[in-house]
Amino acid sequence: MLATRRLHAGSYRRQHMAAITLIEGVTQALAYEMKHDKSVVVLGEDVGVNGGVFRATQGLSEKFGDLRVFDTPLDETTIAGVTVGLAAQGMKPVCEAQFEGFIYPMMEQICCHAARMRNRTRGRITCPAVFRAPWGGGIHAPEHHSEANEHLFTNVPGLRVVLPSSPARAYGLLLAAIRDPDPVVFYEPKRIYRQYKEEVPDDGEALPLDVCFVLRDGTDITLVTWGAEVKETLEAADALASVGISAEVIDVATLTPLDFDTIAESVQKTGRCVIVQEAPKTAGFGAEIAARVAEECIYDLLAPVARVSGWDIHTPLYRLEMKQLPSTARIVDAAKRTLAAG
Amino acid sequence: MPIAAKFEIEYLQYLDAEGKPVRKDLPDFAQDLDYMVELYKLMVSTRVFDTKSIALQRTGKLGTYASCLGHEATHVGIGASMKPEDVFAPSYREYGAQLYRGVRPREVYMYWGGDERGNDYQNEPAKHDFAWSVPIGTQCLHAAGSALAFKIRKEKRVAVCTIGDGGSSKADFYGAINVAGARDLPLVAAIVNNQWAISVPRKIQSGAKTLAQKGIAAGLNCIQVDGNDIIAVRKAMGDAIERARKGDGGSVVECVTYRLGDHTTADDARRYRGKDEVEDAWTKDPVKRLRTWLEAKKAWSKKKEEKLQAECDEWMDNEVNAYLETKAQPATAMFDYTFAELPADLAKQRDEAVSLESHQ
Repeated sequence: MLATRRLHAGSYRRQHMAAITLIEGVTQALAYEMKHDKSVVVLGEDVGVNGGVFRATQGLSEKFGDLRVFDTPLDETTIAGVTVGLAAQGMKPVCEAQFEGFIYPMMEQICCHAARMRNRTRGRITCPAVFRAPWGGGIHAPEHHSEANEHLFTNVPGLRVVLPSSPARAYGLLLAAIRDPDPVVFYEPKRIYRQYKEEVPDDGEALPLDVCFVLRDGTDITLVTWGAEVKETLEAADALASVGISAEVIDVATLTPLDFDTIAESVQKTGRCVIVQEAPKTAGFGAEIAARVAEECIYDLLAPVARVSGWDIHTPLYRLEMKQLPSTARIVDAAKRTLAAG
Repeated sequence: MPIAAKFEIEYLQYLDAEGKPVRKDLPDFAQDLDYMVELYKLMVSTRVFDTKSIALQRTGKLGTYASCLGHEATHVGIGASMKPEDVFAPSYREYGAQLYRGVRPREVYMYWGGDERGNDYQNEPAKHDFAWSVPIGTQCLHAAGSALAFKIRKEKRVAVCTIGDGGSSKADFYGAINVAGARDLPLVAAIVNNQWAISVPRKIQSGAKTLAQKGIAAGLNCIQVDGNDIIAVRKAMGDAIERARKGDGGSVVECVTYRLGDHTTADDARRYRGKDEVEDAWTKDPVKRLRTWLEAKKAWSKKKEEKLQAECDEWMDNEVNAYLETKAQPATAMFDYTFAELPADLAKQRDEAVSLESHQ
């Protein structure tokens, strides 16, 4: 049985003098690991002097030089393929796709090589690489800059798909991803990059991959989510609490390999499950969780599983963008309907 | 009008199709006839191996196989130009180079015979080379990434990739030579121009007069060589690799050869190319060319050829037997290399697969 991480919404909002944002958690993890492990290198477009378009790699070039913080030519295929080559030679590359909407040219290298290198060589060559990208909508960005496409990777064997949703989890999970001996797609919810600050000691302590984080304990209903929707889901839990409904909130964090045990344990307790995902509904990762709940927890359920998701449409340009993202009200409504059903 | 840039591509050839020297400045290695005999032996071994591979496929003992017939000078020349510490990133046909670096025929057969263990090369230096890359061109970037690792770690090593004429159309190839030129990486990309990408001929693959000149745009050293002349291949590749090792820049070396066989055993080249063209290509056979030259130098004889053939037959018998005697992996092997440690969720699926095995 895997260890479940139980965190509390109280600490989630804690403010401190030395507190950092989610994106600063990313930077802090990169700097820590580059300092302590010479095999760690960062590469991508604008990651050098510019420090990344969101400033995730700020200050790294000055500290570690322009070879270990490597500005690549403007080609995502090159970034991904060079990353595979570096990893195969025993380096630990952390590459960046500037936005998740630009990760598509990387998919061949990620799916055909990074993810299967260990298996196809029977362990002779491995690929301990991290493919980072700012992920998701809600920042009024141009087209192709606001996608939620994590499900394209969750069906790829040999790959870990991780989405941190707090400064502490960005720091701890990125450290874990870099140290992991296998490739990781590390998606950073850009909408909450600077949502709030919390104190994250720069102690090099990684958080476990392969576990879900229980952010709030509850007894009436389980709300399962990941990425930036953690924000709305926690707000929904607050709103539900104000009308006497006790919601448990789970941040999946590492989508694959999935720690389903934590979700099952919660659903067995509450008998109700609402899944919240930013991505389009059909064949999104929520469908996998719903299927697993049906397979393994059907007799615990008091009501049908509900999904609150993006619609099955392209992310609208920014005037309509927020209509695609599940709102707190939609989550509250889905939870109430689930409770009304049984 | 002023000229912003201009370029030329040299063409290198030492032996003509008849095995006669076309220039007098033979490189030092070519004056060592024992060395040249060793290269010849490996070219013959490669051809014997290739013939056996096709026979195995035709008799149902091997899956789809990509023949290297006609590429022997290019492939062996590339392998012979590398140092053991260098890294090779092949596509899926360069057996001559791989045999030189210690890949065993039984490993080739295991891979094409449906067993991942074929990619787990046991002998150095192949043990630290990449495995075959089936998605076209992708291996070029693995070589570029390896070259970057060498540069970061200040290792005097070179990454060598091979790519076909068709593969040189792919973004991965352009990306690899581009980053190598931009950041001065020790990368040598050998374009094995065998005139055919399955059914698509070289002329509609690119409007460029040579494929070598693609490297000019990336800022690399570029040359075109007669890929059926192993002296030319060995010289150009050796120079390119040592130049990269010294930090004097990467290269693109275009080896002009011909795919004498089908693309793979699943292909029938008669559908798209004429008999005359193939017959003409046979007159440029790289194996016969080197043999003729060695015989003229009194370094080779019919008797030696017979002895070599017998040695090759024995070698192949051993390798084929080792392959045919290899038992299939247990079903658990499908799961055990997916991650360094089996995740709990996947362990459940593994248990299910194991239980199905025991019921059969």
